[in-house]
Amino acid sequence: MGSHTSEIITDDQAPEHEGPILAVENLGVEFNVDDEWVMAAENVSFEIHPGEILAVVGESGSGKSMSSMALLGLLPRNGRSTGSAKMLGKELIGAPQSMLRRVRGNEIAMIFQEPMTALNPVLTVGEQIREAIEQHTELSPAQAKKRAIELLRMVEIPEAERRYDSFPHQFSGGQRQRAMIAIALANDPMLLIADEPTTALDVTVQAEVLDLLRKLNKRLNSGVLLITHDMGVVADLADHVVVMEKGRVVEAAPTAQLFAAPREDYTRQLLGAVPHLGSKVGGVLADVEVVDGRLSIHEEYAERLQTDREHRSAAGVVPALELIDVDIEYPGRFRQPAFKAVNGVSLTINPGEVMGLVGESGSGKSTIARAVTGLIRTAAGSVTIGGTDITRLSARQLLPLRKKFAIVFQDPAASLNPRLSIGDSIGEPLLLHEKLGRAALDERVASLLDDVQLPVAFRNRYPHELSGGQRQRVGIARALSLQPDLLVADEPTSALDVSVQAKVLELLQELQRERGFACLFVSHDLAVVELLASHIAVLNKGTLVEQGSTEQILKYPRDAYTRRLLAAAPVPDPKEQSLRREQRSALLAMGAGE
Amino acid sequence: MSDKKFEPNDSRASSERSELTLLSQDTDIATAPPTREQTDRIRTTAAKSQGRLIRERFFRHKGALAGIALLALIFLLAFTSIGFAGIPGWWNKDYDVLAARFNEGKPTLTLWPFSLGEHPFGQDVLGRDYFALTMRGTQTSLIIAFIVGIVAMLIGTTVGALAGYFRGWTEAFLMRITDVVITIPTVVIAAAVAGIVAKAGIIPFAVFLGIVTWTGLARLVRGEFLSLREKEFVESAKSVGASSFRIIFRHILPNTVGVIIVSTTLAISGAILLETALSYLGLGVTAPDTSLGKAINDNRSALTVRPWLFLWPGAFIIGIALAVNFIGDGLRDAFDPKQTRVKQ
Repeated sequence: MGSHTSEIITDDQAPEHEGPILAVENLGVEFNVDDEWVMAAENVSFEIHPGEILAVVGESGSGKSMSSMALLGLLPRNGRSTGSAKMLGKELIGAPQSMLRRVRGNEIAMIFQEPMTALNPVLTVGEQIREAIEQHTELSPAQAKKRAIELLRMVEIPEAERRYDSFPHQFSGGQRQRAMIAIALANDPMLLIADEPTTALDVTVQAEVLDLLRKLNKRLNSGVLLITHDMGVVADLADHVVVMEKGRVVEAAPTAQLFAAPREDYTRQLLGAVPHLGSKVGGVLADVEVVDGRLSIHEEYAERLQTDREHRSAAGVVPALELIDVDIEYPGRFRQPAFKAVNGVSLTINPGEVMGLVGESGSGKSTIARAVTGLIRTAAGSVTIGGTDITRLSARQLLPLRKKFAIVFQDPAASLNPRLSIGDSIGEPLLLHEKLGRAALDERVASLLDDVQLPVAFRNRYPHELSGGQRQRVGIARALSLQPDLLVADEPTSALDVSVQAKVLELLQELQRERGFACLFVSHDLAVVELLASHIAVLNKGTLVEQGSTEQILKYPRDAYTRRLLAAAPVPDPKEQSLRREQRSALLAMGAGE
Repeated sequence: MSDKKFEPNDSRASSERSELTLLSQDTDIATAPPTREQTDRIRTTAAKSQGRLIRERFFRHKGALAGIALLALIFLLAFTSIGFAGIPGWWNKDYDVLAARFNEGKPTLTLWPFSLGEHPFGQDVLGRDYFALTMRGTQTSLIIAFIVGIVAMLIGTTVGALAGYFRGWTEAFLMRITDVVITIPTVVIAAAVAGIVAKAGIIPFAVFLGIVTWTGLARLVRGEFLSLREKEFVESAKSVGASSFRIIFRHILPNTVGVIIVSTTLAISGAILLETALSYLGLGVTAPDTSLGKAINDNRSALTVRPWLFLWPGAFIIGIALAVNFIGDGLRDAFDPKQTRVKQ
């Protein structure tokens, strides 16, 4: 363990440890609910060896997070754990709190999903790293500060000395997660538990954080327990994979083997449900070639695929949606200037066409979705829906037009009124626009529920009684109730598990084929967009950098940002992913050289 | 509701259940067996109105039913015994008639064998029948408490809802008014308008109390509206063209019902106490009329010698406050669809 040279490692733990860092055997977790013990996980067994990254994968409710919490003795009050988990030969399950406290942050460290909430907003990042060091060692404050700056440098934060005194809000999302990693590494832990470490991050940032984790793991020769739902992240990072379902281990195998030949049905289903970037158009970034780390882009390939944009607009059809030079501003307050969220965006969607709008967080994609549905005003430019410019209309004039478009929101839990029954929620647009009688309304609601494959009896239920996927089906039924010509879908599946996402996407595709509405599909997930959209528009910081047919954008992107975005998205295939990693670093090197 | 209770149900139910699980395979929470309430809903596919669902949940709340029963009993007793607004009741004595004291004015009520006797609650120092007096006091206090509660709720909810939903100038204007009302001490205004109130009677007095006590609720409701108006379901309602009126009353207000009801029940209990305080200063209910608070106040020195003069009105105040709070509890749960577990 070459890099363990700092004075923090004491001699009573043998640094050269033989055998696994962590050996978990028959771990079980139970919760006491109404005086009954409910199983959250059982018979979980795995081992992590030095220098290894083990991924525990599963959908929500599979018990993957709870079993790792049990390792640290951090279960909620009504939980208990059974079985055995040996950390360097020391038993953790049933160990007294005083001993676990020493282990936590010292031998085992954790990285959480949401770096903004895991960092204390009123302390500087440096102080928080120093605190973690001082908790477990007897270093003087000055030494601890030195070590903290060292750590910041190790997680590749530029100008570490200066950034030591920055507050969390002055860091970007990726930097915050790096700071969290620095805190976790403060005492050279033997094991790092990373619970969905990149779920809250954009793909390009995610790729950087994953790179960092891989590098650090090699250097420190420690073990990493990666908990995730994202098969792309697993393919990118993990050596071994444990697949969990409903509290049980379904399959455990080396990563390459699991992806190449999954043994269990559930694993196959899970892998099958993950949208694979490039599966429809046959590969992405087809014109980018990396030879010995050097990059060459064959621009001539793109010529063969001359875009159909010209003849698209030339035809005499009235587009379902047309944006011309749209600016959207969020008004400033007091002396703060207004923030321009969207800058000069133009795009056209023809009737029956699905356009994917792709971008990272803060790119303005949701803002556009809201402007299109008349929820926020545009500062300049025009938004034309079915031939009518809606930007200058008053609320009263807009009302009859609202029948023509509808929106499906990202979070189905938040977009349904918790106090309205499902039937009332779906029926509301009908009630407002068609003024139907009770009986007619009930009938329409029943048929809409049927369309989204939910039992009619659900109409008397409330949103909290439904699962995430069911709620999103309700959201879709509500949006389609007036048979709109244009559907705006704002990340409709990003809050859902992959297998649920696959079903909801299937439903959307089916309904789109049946009814032929045009659709603006907003998403950060390129693979999902590829499945649905015939055309893609890429947004970066409020500006449209590129648009074209799905094939053209994915295979022969012309813009450097699109290329980086495509290269950063992890695919659920370890072999392909390692090739893509090379591509990405070459692209980044080129970007830096420019 | 346990699994076992569910099993004796016929196979029809289980086949429906399996159909349900088949259709909702993408569920991640369907591990819990459906409660009987849910299975009932599965059988009946007709849409139920919001009001009916709320009523059903309310009548399943035992505490609320007990509260309703207690309050109804107090109402009936107070209004039928000595009569109200000129209509005579079944009790033969008046609360303002002085009489000779019988057995030092001790209560004549005996439970076994049950008999009311001449003066069931005893007599006060002046020899007035204390049962009639307590009933009169209960009438006054109930009227004041409910009018204050309702007036404060209406004003507070409206101000809070408008301020919280529309923001901007509406909010600035309404909340500054609220601040001004908060800064004026209730007692000072009460003293200023005491003369008018004394002439006009207890109903204008109660309305007046309501007009000065709505501020707390307005702030709470505004706070709730501020957070709820940013929720996606409000955007969703806007996107289908719902009017501001509909969004406020149909979408946001039902989500704040818990806060409003809890706050109103507290306001009702508080109004009884406020009225007591003002009556004590001679600014509220004045003799010969009486209220529960005034009765306690008049006899506050009698606790050691004639405790019944203290205990009877006290018991009625506690009874009213408890009943109101239980009903409030039941209403809050009834309006909250997440409250599926029925209080047994």
